[in-house]
Amino acid sequence: MNTTHPPYRILIAKPGLDGHDRGAKFIARALRDDGFEVVYTGIRRTPEEIAAAAIQEDVAAIGLSSLSGAHMRLFPAVIEALKQAGCDDIPVLGGGVIPDDDIVGLKKAGIVQVFTPGTPLQDILDAFRNACRNNNPKGY
Amino acid sequence: MKKNDPFSKWQENELAKSLARFPERKEKFTNHGGKEITRLALPGEIDEAYLENSGFPGNFPFTRGVQPTMYRGRLWTMRQYAGFSSAAESNRRYRYLLEQGTTGLSVAFDLPTQIGYDSDDPMSMGEVGKVGVAIDSLRDMEVLFDHIPMDSVSTSMTINSPAIVLLAMYVAVAEKQGVPAEKLRGTIQNDILKEYVARGTYIFPPAPSLRLITNIFQWCGTHTPVFNTISISGYHIREAGSTAVQEVAFTLANGITYVQTALDAGLELDVFARRLAFFFNASSDLLEEVAKFRAARRLWARIMKERFKATKPSSFMLRFHTQTAGNTLTAQQIDNNIVRVTIQALAAVLGGTQSLHTNSRDEALSLPTEESVRTALRTQQILAHESGVASTVDPLAGSYFIENLTDSIEKEALELIEKIDKAGGVVAAIEEGFIQRQIENAAYEYQKEIESGERLIVGVNSFQVDEEKSASTLKVDPEIENVQVGNLSQLKETRDNNKVRESLNELDRAARSETNLFPYVLNAVKEYATLGEICNILRGVFGEYR
Repeated sequence: MNTTHPPYRILIAKPGLDGHDRGAKFIARALRDDGFEVVYTGIRRTPEEIAAAAIQEDVAAIGLSSLSGAHMRLFPAVIEALKQAGCDDIPVLGGGVIPDDDIVGLKKAGIVQVFTPGTPLQDILDAFRNACRNNNPKGY
Repeated sequence: MKKNDPFSKWQENELAKSLARFPERKEKFTNHGGKEITRLALPGEIDEAYLENSGFPGNFPFTRGVQPTMYRGRLWTMRQYAGFSSAAESNRRYRYLLEQGTTGLSVAFDLPTQIGYDSDDPMSMGEVGKVGVAIDSLRDMEVLFDHIPMDSVSTSMTINSPAIVLLAMYVAVAEKQGVPAEKLRGTIQNDILKEYVARGTYIFPPAPSLRLITNIFQWCGTHTPVFNTISISGYHIREAGSTAVQEVAFTLANGITYVQTALDAGLELDVFARRLAFFFNASSDLLEEVAKFRAARRLWARIMKERFKATKPSSFMLRFHTQTAGNTLTAQQIDNNIVRVTIQALAAVLGGTQSLHTNSRDEALSLPTEESVRTALRTQQILAHESGVASTVDPLAGSYFIENLTDSIEKEALELIEKIDKAGGVVAAIEEGFIQRQIENAAYEYQKEIESGERLIVGVNSFQVDEEKSASTLKVDPEIENVQVGNLSQLKETRDNNKVRESLNELDRAARSETNLFPYVLNAVKEYATLGEICNILRGVFGEYR
């Protein structure tokens, strides 16, 4: 354990009504195994609930998962809710069943990274660590 | 063989009866060359062990299938799950599928509908019409089934928490088409328990949810005698990452819970048990899947006989729908998915499924295009008409490997069911998190094997190519949300709102008593009360889960 640099804390969240959380749970557990602290919201959260949880838990980054095709509405809505709360410096990453055509739009809306099915786990872990580091270099 | 041996008896009784009622599709099933294909291959000697563990198709314990002639009599129902956007759009897709030779409909509802929210509810934001069709009121349902002959087409509806509302709408639309309820054929999923552990579209806590299910069993018992009142589903448990054994165990444990709840409410076992249907996943491990289906059938028959003392053969029979495993589809080299689906569909057919949905090659990217759906349907038609597997019954029986695996899956599933019994039953095991943990751990281990390369997934962690991901995908027009909301506000202006209020008040009172809620829901639906309004009444009385 590195005592001077505390572990980064991540919020994994499921916005909208989609109940498929096999992927979200896997990422949460894999991040934990990799040394992160992880809070998982459970399914069916509103963007406002997710922003509030991120602030309350003081997380270094947020990972969103949606498999229902609602990502174009819901992911930007989370960014918006963070903005409203004055916390849009928290980096937001996202994954799910997301067509390539949508990735540009999501990035434009402020999603730092978008993961589609088949992305190797290591890439996802690295992306979270980089996002956290960019935001706050003091952590691991 | 002697005249009085078990095989002759089966031929004279079950087989003869079945042939008289449902003649086989062909007078003779032959190979290329004209050699006749045997209906049912048997071991050289029919001993006690064979009769106890395998038996004849259509006979206890139904290991070899639920009908004596299986697909020689009638092919499985080719039932493609579909629905997206508006009712009008989905209606077009259903009519296309029927034209293409699909033999049953399977309605996918959007998530707001599945969780009892109207399209204008703030919770519905972004989800309207996405994974299925948006249904707010009877008006949408009328459009959905426009020009679809409800007296001859059987319809499966993937709806759970608010199943009572959607079934009432279905009955009401049929009535308007002049089709009496007793002629309706189809299935509602109506399986709440797996929602808590795997699929997530729960609304109410377990106890009132189980009451709604029992109300449906009871109402349908007298009004829709050939409609399947539940589809006890392992599919989503497996998709959430369970093993094959866990899929069987948790599904049958849920089944036990529904049966016990209905018995406790005073329903008659042999009346409701024959309307129970099941729904399993077909994954890529071909032989394990075939054994799984056979084991599930035998285990359920034994449970119904030994645990519940059912007496009628129709109560013992595990009849099931199968869908190929969505989680095995890859976003890479998507044409490979056609091959995966073929293997999985073959497993379902060799395992004796009653109906089948084959996934489309592009579903790791989005909802399938019409062209992909056609290929998926053609896969079934090729299995049915070209592969030859439909010409004989339970062709893998007697393989040492398959029989051993059938035995071990049954044994391990039973042990897991006994564990759940000891934990106080399914509801207690859900509340304690036992079932969720089991699934989560299995999913985690499986994914770790893929990440480490121990398990190869073609195109994902091996045999990759650089590819332009330019497959054309189906996009749901985001305008649907506005259209749906507009129609809803128009409906609320034109319906008789006094009658709506009255019907909702009656429902509220009924929900607070012990009475069967189906007639009240049916009444409210006919007055064009919306799904959200009806579910909000029930939320007020029952509370919400979590």
